Amino acid sequence: MRAVVVTFPGSNCDYDCLQVLRKVMGVDTRFIWHRERDLGDPDLVVLPGGFSYGDYLRAGAIARFSPIVEAVKRYAGRGGIVLGICNGFQILCEAGLLPGALRRNNSLKFRSHDVHVRVETKDTAFTRAYRAGQVLRIPIAHAEGNYIADPATLERLEAEGRVVFRYTTREGARGEGGNPNGSANDIAGIVNAAGNVLGLMPHPERAAEGVLGSTDGLGMFESLVAHCARARVA
Amino acid sequence: MSAYAIEIRVTPRRGLLDPQGKAIQHALDSLGFAGVGEVRAGKLLVIELDADSPDEAAARATRMCEKLLANPVTEDFAIEVGRNAGQPEAAT
Repeated sequence: MRAVVVTFPGSNCDYDCLQVLRKVMGVDTRFIWHRERDLGDPDLVVLPGGFSYGDYLRAGAIARFSPIVEAVKRYAGRGGIVLGICNGFQILCEAGLLPGALRRNNSLKFRSHDVHVRVETKDTAFTRAYRAGQVLRIPIAHAEGNYIADPATLERLEAEGRVVFRYTTREGARGEGGNPNGSANDIAGIVNAAGNVLGLMPHPERAAEGVLGSTDGLGMFESLVAHCARARVA
Repeated sequence: MSAYAIEIRVTPRRGLLDPQGKAIQHALDSLGFAGVGEVRAGKLLVIELDADSPDEAAARATRMCEKLLANPVTEDFAIEVGRNAGQPEAAT
């Protein structure tokens, strides 16, 4: 399995993703600079967190015009697996690979702490190692994570089971106390209609080793490795 | 070709909760400013643009907004075209 982590000017979670993929999962992983036009032939593309282009204008708005994003779009169009974390999720929305947008947190504050998210569907390349309904403790670190989409889009996401992660309380209950940013329907992560592009605001790569205080994010990388192994055999 | 000063106002879409505007509204309230209704906080972009006519300048600014400057999911934009300050009026 080969993975690439795209580095934009201002990315700051690229090394965290490299660490998990290469050191923890043993995946052949390399960085690719945003000015590149060719992804190579990876099994997985990660758009990491950070502040690409200083979040100027809007988070992700300028990064989406980086040359490599055109290659990511073509790759995703062929069914390639793309994971966008935090700023990566924002870029995927701005690029139109995922619907909706991420606005300023309703608290107006940069929120940096653990949250609880419930795995709403395990039937994706990103979540098969989890149990449906499993509650994960994973950190967030963002000021613009307040997901919004028009009502028809939200309805479609729900009806098609494309809300993959939802903010909840520790016990897995929705409502007051779980949602850290005002996201519509408590949405923490969604997948595209084809099921190969996922974006989420929480950072699974920061919860993938015991020393980090939680290993609840590891399941996402285990899911991806298992998926890619199966895809290669098939 | 003339230089136009284009002012583009980008504001949170009406009807969407604007947390920043809300916070400003509360601050104005608590300072005792009476009669403050809804406040929405956006951004103002001032762009110098060479174009053949005000219409062409406005059309190009609209494309800029649609492609980059405003997010169609969350924001509205309004464009105002003015002649660049310091630029002499074209002789007729």
